[in-house]
Amino acid sequence: MTDTFVHWGMQYDWAWFLATIIGILVIALPLMLAVAMIIYAERKIWAAMALRRGPNVVGPWGLLQSFADGLKVFLKETIIPTSANQGLFLIAPVITFTVALIVWAVIPFQPGVVLADVNVGLLYVLAASSLGVYGVIVAGWASNSKYPFFSALRAAAQMVSYEVSIGFVLITVVLYAGTFDLSDIVLAQRGHGLGVVNAYAFNILLFPMWVVFLISSMAETFRTPFDLVEAESELVAGHQTEYSSMSFALFWLGEYANVLLMCALNAILFWGGWLPPFDWAPLYLVPGIIWLFIKMSFFFFVFGWVKATVPRYRYDQLMRLGWKIFLPLSLVFVFLVSGWLMLTRFGGHS
Amino acid sequence: MIGAIAFYLFATLTIASSIAVIFARNPVHSVLWLILAFFNAAGLMLLVGAEFIAMLLVIVYVGAVAVLFLFVVMMLDIDFASLRSGFTRNLPFGIIVALVLLAEMIVAVFAHRAGPMLAGSEIPAARVPNIVGIGQMLYSRYLFAFELAGLILLVAMVGAIVLTHRRRGDTRTPKAWRQLRRHPGTAIDLVRPGTGEGMKL
Repeated sequence: MTDTFVHWGMQYDWAWFLATIIGILVIALPLMLAVAMIIYAERKIWAAMALRRGPNVVGPWGLLQSFADGLKVFLKETIIPTSANQGLFLIAPVITFTVALIVWAVIPFQPGVVLADVNVGLLYVLAASSLGVYGVIVAGWASNSKYPFFSALRAAAQMVSYEVSIGFVLITVVLYAGTFDLSDIVLAQRGHGLGVVNAYAFNILLFPMWVVFLISSMAETFRTPFDLVEAESELVAGHQTEYSSMSFALFWLGEYANVLLMCALNAILFWGGWLPPFDWAPLYLVPGIIWLFIKMSFFFFVFGWVKATVPRYRYDQLMRLGWKIFLPLSLVFVFLVSGWLMLTRFGGHS
Repeated sequence: MIGAIAFYLFATLTIASSIAVIFARNPVHSVLWLILAFFNAAGLMLLVGAEFIAMLLVIVYVGAVAVLFLFVVMMLDIDFASLRSGFTRNLPFGIIVALVLLAEMIVAVFAHRAGPMLAGSEIPAARVPNIVGIGQMLYSRYLFAFELAGLILLVAMVGAIVLTHRRRGDTRTPKAWRQLRRHPGTAIDLVRPGTGEGMKL
């Protein structure tokens, strides 16, 4: 797009600037729409699993429910507790929301369709997702209230714990793909399974890592079996307890944008991203972005399914799973994968 | 042009937030300013083309170290009056540390002009992505130093665990395998007590 603007007679700097701004809007606005729709979809999934109807009043089949909720939240009064640390109290939801959006800069939607094609894309994702915890910690501390504070402490410990195993899982994928560039990781999966299947997940060395990644991504986004951060039976609403109006809505949007991001990462790292599931020419006629959306929707369904059916972990169980099971397991698989690649790809010598 | 704007933005914010780290009254604010400083330093790294270092800075310092910092500082019950009471007593020591740091900074700034290391020339643009370059260097020329650093970190970690780990006799730790092995057949006892007898356990 930059070239087009330069062609129209703009200076390169400004053309680049304008193109980037447009690119950001083209990603962020549909993302917000997608978040509104997945909230609706998720409520329908839970309702179906609990034999209820779910939202069905606002608009046809209740499709406009999320927008009605958004409008309601928008019109409410923002309440700031008098003893709260005002500045930080208001910055916290902004941090959560912003951090949830910036990661999308490196997500490839189609061949060549990515805002920032950096060669350390995966590290950028890891860096940005490790920032997500600050929204929760700052919110919990600034609220100056005990439940949000407990929530902040839990969030910090949980996030740091699961990031370790996620890091090792990503290392196995990077070893196989030989690159940190997300587009190249997608391309490396082409025909990976017996020359037909475009996915890493059927590789026997990577399948366990995908399972670890899926579960860790639920823990990383504080989704249900691991939603101790906002466990309503213990902590009211966790770090969001004191929030109201748009500041609450920003947490909400940020959280769901993060969930979508984890679905996208599952698809990109293990299930071939924008590649069709099989390496068969007619399937490539479907645009890559559609394949990516299908995969993301499937993973989102899995997330909703788990949330509707699995009971919440205890905090010690959560820590045990992260440190005593996932960490050793992923570490062993880093050894196995690198050993296997050393033998097969590099012929046993360096 | 935009590169220059970005540089001055990052540089100003780095310096401003570093100053704010010192001047913030509240330690939690200090840590948050420190995080902002790390973040802008990462931005500066990106501008000079060290994208791998920038990402590491964010992942390691912002994502892990600072979280733990914040965690600890948030939980400490800090009495500001007692913190300030030691000010005059610690002042000479503080001044010495500040002078040493100042001297080092002056040496660092002027030595790079005087020294033969780069002779004021520009660093040539990298031919390989710097993640590849660093990997090749670490695993070939500096392999021994790299492994040694890893070993030192491992020793430090084990040391920290040994120092802080203590076994207390009066706590019961949950044994996951025992909890998982329970099933309704053994965990639940269905009894039907007779009228007026009550439960016998």
